[in-house]
Amino acid sequence: MKSMEELRAIREKMQKQMNIRQDDPNAIRVVVGMATCGIAAGAKPVLTAFLEQVRLHNLKNVTVSQTGCIGICQLEPIVEVYVPGEEKVTYVKMKSEMVPKIVQSHLVNHTPVTEYTIGAAE
Amino acid sequence: MKELSLHLLDIAQNSVTAGATELELSLVEHGGVLTMTVADNGKGMTAEFLANVMDPFTTTRTTRKVGMGIPLFRMAAELTGGTLTIQSAPGVGTTTSATFHTNHIDCPPMGDLAGTLALFLQGAPEAMETRFFHETDRGRFELDTRELRSLLEGVPLSTPEVALWLRDYIGENEAALTS
Repeated sequence: MKSMEELRAIREKMQKQMNIRQDDPNAIRVVVGMATCGIAAGAKPVLTAFLEQVRLHNLKNVTVSQTGCIGICQLEPIVEVYVPGEEKVTYVKMKSEMVPKIVQSHLVNHTPVTEYTIGAAE
Repeated sequence: MKELSLHLLDIAQNSVTAGATELELSLVEHGGVLTMTVADNGKGMTAEFLANVMDPFTTTRTTRKVGMGIPLFRMAAELTGGTLTIQSAPGVGTTTSATFHTNHIDCPPMGDLAGTLALFLQGAPEAMETRFFHETDRGRFELDTRELRSLLEGVPLSTPEVALWLRDYIGENEAALTS
């Protein structure tokens, strides 16, 4: 069984890293659209996959957050990636299977996965 | 929306938009009737807006003129012979409550409640406290972000490691309630 003790252990580990993740101007932001359109299109497993991959790669400079309707509901699930100093990249029609590649290529190696972007879809 | 838990997530997002600082999500299941309630202390709705809120062409969004969240939730409830009610007052908050007859063939499955709830808490504002409880004939599970936050001492609920732990923690407790 999961216990509160485990949560305490996570806290201790995270407290050591927190100053890095929060308020870092170089932090990469991953934003997932979670309005009715995003949820209905399957944003939830996509968001979960990002959390899992960020944990797996132990990426301390990445924050994963949620937003409302991004405005192009027909392309949901939509994920926006903000890397400081680089142009925003919008990934569309996301599936959880696409997430490991984006994390490895874009978040780790700073090379956007062009074939998943809005530019490729339109 | 193929899962009831996704409706819960969707309606709860309305409370975030309404600027709520207190949110209560509850699931009460007895005798084949499930009542799902989302109650907040957000900015509330005027009587005029409330009268039209079931209409898909009513929304607070500015990008376009449709809002499907509440109409879809209502339809899902009514397809099982249930109902959806909303009570709201400006400055007081909103309580949305839906009943489902769980043995009805058109009743959607609950789905991945643990994963959904953990993600909601991951993305919810730090300034909002959420209490969740689920009551069935087998028992009761309750979760309060105040308790989690006091234990986390400043580590945010948005931290991936925390959100994934929360998913597993809720999952184990939910399994005990429903299996």
